[in-house]
Amino acid sequence: MTDLLRHVLRHGDRALVLAQRLGQWITHSPELEQDMAFANISLDLIGQARYLYTYAGEQEGQGHDEDHFAYWRGPTEFYNPLIVEQPNGDFAQTIARQFLHDCYALAYWQAMTGSADATLAGLAERARSETAFHLRHARSWLVRLGTGTEESHARMQNGLDAMWCYTDELGPISDEADLRAVGLVRDGDLRAVWEAAVKTGLAEASLVRPDVEVAHSGGWQGDHSEHLDELLEELQSVARAHRGAKW
Amino acid sequence: MVRVGDFDIVVDGVADIVGSVQDPELPDVTIGDLGMVRDLTVVDGVADIVGSVQDPELPDVTIGDLGMVRDLRMVDGVVEVVLVATYTGCPAVEQIREDVESALGEAGYSSRIRFAMNPPWSTDMITDSGRRKLVSVGIAEPCRVGSTDPTVLIDFPVSCPRCGSRRTRRRAEFGATACKSLHTCERCREPFEAFKPR
Repeated sequence: MTDLLRHVLRHGDRALVLAQRLGQWITHSPELEQDMAFANISLDLIGQARYLYTYAGEQEGQGHDEDHFAYWRGPTEFYNPLIVEQPNGDFAQTIARQFLHDCYALAYWQAMTGSADATLAGLAERARSETAFHLRHARSWLVRLGTGTEESHARMQNGLDAMWCYTDELGPISDEADLRAVGLVRDGDLRAVWEAAVKTGLAEASLVRPDVEVAHSGGWQGDHSEHLDELLEELQSVARAHRGAKW
Repeated sequence: MVRVGDFDIVVDGVADIVGSVQDPELPDVTIGDLGMVRDLTVVDGVADIVGSVQDPELPDVTIGDLGMVRDLRMVDGVVEVVLVATYTGCPAVEQIREDVESALGEAGYSSRIRFAMNPPWSTDMITDSGRRKLVSVGIAEPCRVGSTDPTVLIDFPVSCPRCGSRRTRRRAEFGATACKSLHTCERCREPFEAFKPR
């Protein structure tokens, strides 16, 4: 696998796995508008994943289409960061995950508009506008819950605390130095941009930055928690039960 | 390639034939090289057929209105259409592909349809007639984004498509589709959707 192919899969997987998690909220959200919001964010992410998987197929050159990457790979062949596969928890935990992810995703797509790869740069142009709306949505809930009642504040802080140990991965990936050197990936200052965005959001929401010593990583390398197994089992069940089915 | 209206259009190699005419005074330089070809007649009505395909989720609004047709060309008798996807996850994409194919099919053309991402679509590409149609079906039109930073969302004023009041409030970031948000008019009290500018 080339470095570029793995990079494309990492971000396709990040989008697809999070989309699946958000889809699990539909009909369970606190209000109808929220069902629609999660559904639409999920669709945007699936759209981004589709473009990335199609491009991965071109990079790989073995005739694989987007469905191959979504449905016919196992958990160790997924390269998403750990945070996106974490269970939804309560609504506040989902918002915490989404906020932390969206701060990263916006910084990533913004940086990638300058990629030397025309396909990735083009997708980044669209994806960054979409992600800007995702982040505004997540941050408005973060603030609403953080500055709401005692109960909502406590839950929002708990959600944030629970997700914090997965945030180490939200920055430049160490084994992508070669891609960075040739300008295909432009994420050198991603961590600083992420830190700044998170700091602003937490301050506005009266939340404190969690002080968590444990940090999990390995998702970008295919080393996952058991949560991904369950998620993929659900996501891939129809495709695998009815191989080649069309509708 | 030549620009006709909103489309870049090439007709069965005609552009090549015209464009490769040599400039009589400059050796090896063609009139194409000099950018002297301004216009070539399009194959009868193909642009109209493609442009008037309806968006399946926006009543009366066509993909031409939305500025989704990026390129049309005839290659060996097949119409090649390049459409711009409005949103990466727009679920209407497959429907639009089928509708364009069948509209061209009915007119006797076989076609190949491709969606492109680069350069990306923006709501600024929606035509004036498209904007009027949106308002007429109760969807507020997006403001022009121009070259503003797409990562910084500004709370632009949204005019109520029913009474025109600017005293409106955003109720939800996402409407029935990802491209729209939900609003309420403070004056006529009606809820409505707005096309998100970006």
